[in-house]
Amino acid sequence: MAGSLRLEVVTHTRRVVDTTADEIQLPGALGMLGVLPGHTPLLTTLGTGELMYRTDHRESYLAIQGGFAEVLPDRVTVLATVAEEPGEIDLALAEREREDAEAALASVDAADLERMRAKLELAVTRIQVGRRAGS
Amino acid sequence: MANARDILRRIRSVKGTQQITKAMKMVAAAKLRRAQERIAKARPYADTLSRVLASLAERTEHTHPLLEQREGNRAWLVVITSDKGLCGAFSHNLLREADELLASDRWENPAVVAVGRKAAEHYRKRSWELVHEEPTMISNLKADDGPRLARLLMDAFDEGRTDSIWLLYNSFVSMMRQERTLVRLLPVEPPPGDEAAGPEVDYLYEPDAKTLLGELLPRHVETQVQTAVFDSIAAEHAARMTAMEMATKNATEMIDKLTLLYNRTRQAAITKELIEIVSGAQALEQ
Repeated sequence: MAGSLRLEVVTHTRRVVDTTADEIQLPGALGMLGVLPGHTPLLTTLGTGELMYRTDHRESYLAIQGGFAEVLPDRVTVLATVAEEPGEIDLALAEREREDAEAALASVDAADLERMRAKLELAVTRIQVGRRAGS
Repeated sequence: MANARDILRRIRSVKGTQQITKAMKMVAAAKLRRAQERIAKARPYADTLSRVLASLAERTEHTHPLLEQREGNRAWLVVITSDKGLCGAFSHNLLREADELLASDRWENPAVVAVGRKAAEHYRKRSWELVHEEPTMISNLKADDGPRLARLLMDAFDEGRTDSIWLLYNSFVSMMRQERTLVRLLPVEPPPGDEAAGPEVDYLYEPDAKTLLGELLPRHVETQVQTAVFDSIAAEHAARMTAMEMATKNATEMIDKLTLLYNRTRQAAITKELIEIVSGAQALEQ
């Protein structure tokens, strides 16, 4: 099936992206997930990572954490807990958060482990996505 | 008869009040616009979530603790009012309806969760158990407040402290109208499938339907609480706008009346003075 995908990324406070794309890569809970037009309908939870979408050979990125995505043959809807565009990311802040999380992980107790790991993953993703803005 | 100077003083005081009510009306209008924007921004998320959840609930036989209908009839009623006054009968009418609901035999031994200072103050003095209160949340709403309250309610439901949880709030209909709305939050009623959306889609589920349901349901509950709070805030600002508009109008009327009275009094004083002068002159002539 030719054509393109409609991509919508929303969080519960705003719509981050509403565009068309030729290819999308999602950070699924079970690993990266590539979506081309005509994909089988799929519902998946999301982990933490980069969401990439390509429109006319130009690649754009978002930092994503949590939530889920609905994939239809002509449409992808992402409901994320966190979704940020490269321009919105404060690199210095993300670096600081990563250091905090790493330091905390070294000494943390089990109860906080998951939370800190999630924080670390988000910080790392933010840094990745944020750096892409510059390049 | 009132002294002309006293009347003048009263006119000035009413004018001062009118300026305040006018300013409050404009502030409420600005806040209402912001509240409506916030609702509009949150809508795509809520809509997509309901759609996906409807289709998921329809085609899986998996059940989830948050969907479970229980035998018991204990209930929590979440009453959402404003923190502040000066918005007409906004909170008062809602609290009256809440009291009627609680007093009726609809539920067995109901308890109250009060959101908004007005509700909190009201239920501290009532016989129903006040299980939780949020006296400052409405006027200082943070992004995490809705989800936090939702998690608290879900925990209570999970632990079996109640068999159902209901939301009662004012919903924004139009500038002049707020509708009192009662919805069941828990157990979750899966949203009805959207007929217009066309034939149902057969999804692949990743990791699996059960995990997804576990992920989606709490989010749905959070969204519902959030939506109710947003809606109530918009309705509050609309109610305040209307109330302040009325107050401004009343002040104008009062000023008109007082001005008329002032002019009459002044006229009477002048007439009296003239009579005195004339009669004084006449007395001299004689």
